Amino acid sequence: MNIFIEIFLTFFKIGAFSFGGGYVMIPFIQREIVNIHQWLSAEEFIDVIGISQVTPGPIATNASTYVGFRVAGVLGALSGTIGVIGAAFLLALIVSHRFEKVKHLPQVKLMFKGLRPAVLGLIFSAGLSVGVATVTSMKELGIAAFSFVSIVKFKMHPILTIAIAGCAGLILF
Amino acid sequence: MMKLFRMFFKIGMFTLGGGYAMVPLIEEEIVEKNHWMTEDEFLDVLAMAQSLPGPLAVNTATFVGYRLKKTKGAAICCLGTVLPSFLIILIIASLLTNVYSNPLVVKFFKGIRPAVAGLILTAVFKLKKGIDASLFSIVMVLFAIFCVAVMEWSPILVIVIAGLSGIFIYPHTKWRV
Repeated sequence: MNIFIEIFLTFFKIGAFSFGGGYVMIPFIQREIVNIHQWLSAEEFIDVIGISQVTPGPIATNASTYVGFRVAGVLGALSGTIGVIGAAFLLALIVSHRFEKVKHLPQVKLMFKGLRPAVLGLIFSAGLSVGVATVTSMKELGIAAFSFVSIVKFKMHPILTIAIAGCAGLILF
Repeated sequence: MMKLFRMFFKIGMFTLGGGYAMVPLIEEEIVEKNHWMTEDEFLDVLAMAQSLPGPLAVNTATFVGYRLKKTKGAAICCLGTVLPSFLIILIIASLLTNVYSNPLVVKFFKGIRPAVAGLILTAVFKLKKGIDASLFSIVMVLFAIFCVAVMEWSPILVIVIAGLSGIFIYPHTKWRV
């Protein structure tokens, strides 16, 4: 298959099944990019998530642009980005047409009764697998714990957390 | 039209840290500054955007654009939102290709990686608030972890099963609060 079409289809699929935005996409992207297509190594994929935290824009579009570029240059970046927003854009357009009707569908509410806890489980597994891949000594464990506590307990901005972790890396490793 | 594009370009340019950060900015521009929508209308749009798959910022921008200028408006707002991050990532990706093996860059990223693990787990914490503490929810969480971590199923399959369970099993189960 043409590489641009492959990139486009992969990210279209990722965009079409990621409910909830943001981190929800990470397990999907990880599976498709690292495990199935092997376009990025596990480490580089984690780096992309880190980069996405300190650059503007949704994580999924950032990841699609980065992966597309690494695999097939600027045109690859374009294919990935159009793919990941394609499904979201088309669905939003279709629903916009019938907004008033769709708004009150009871099935949508019920669907989320099942989706929300499942998505939580998916993200938990993703966090765990990133943890297993990166934490090899007490130093890494300390950084991971710092990042969790600084955000949940002290409401630190993730950008600051990432910057501190990077500087800690310069000193510790 | 140009005004819409510039507005969403600006929002896309200056919101660091993911799509959720964009929502308050979109609200300020659309509801408070320009009065193109009422607060209630915006909340309806937001609820709908959250029910659709895909990046939240893209969904919200598309909805708002369609409300204001139909399909053309939707395309303009969507484009404005993603163009800044597209260009910035393109620059970073091309720069990084050259310095990725630099020892300082390697160390920096070695520090960032475990922090990303912590970061992802904070999302679990935030999402927990939107879920009721029923037996059904707990079973769904464990089911998802089991399928992905142990069985190595595709997350897409898990999402489809979970959505269908919500519609067809949840209304009939006793495992509710």
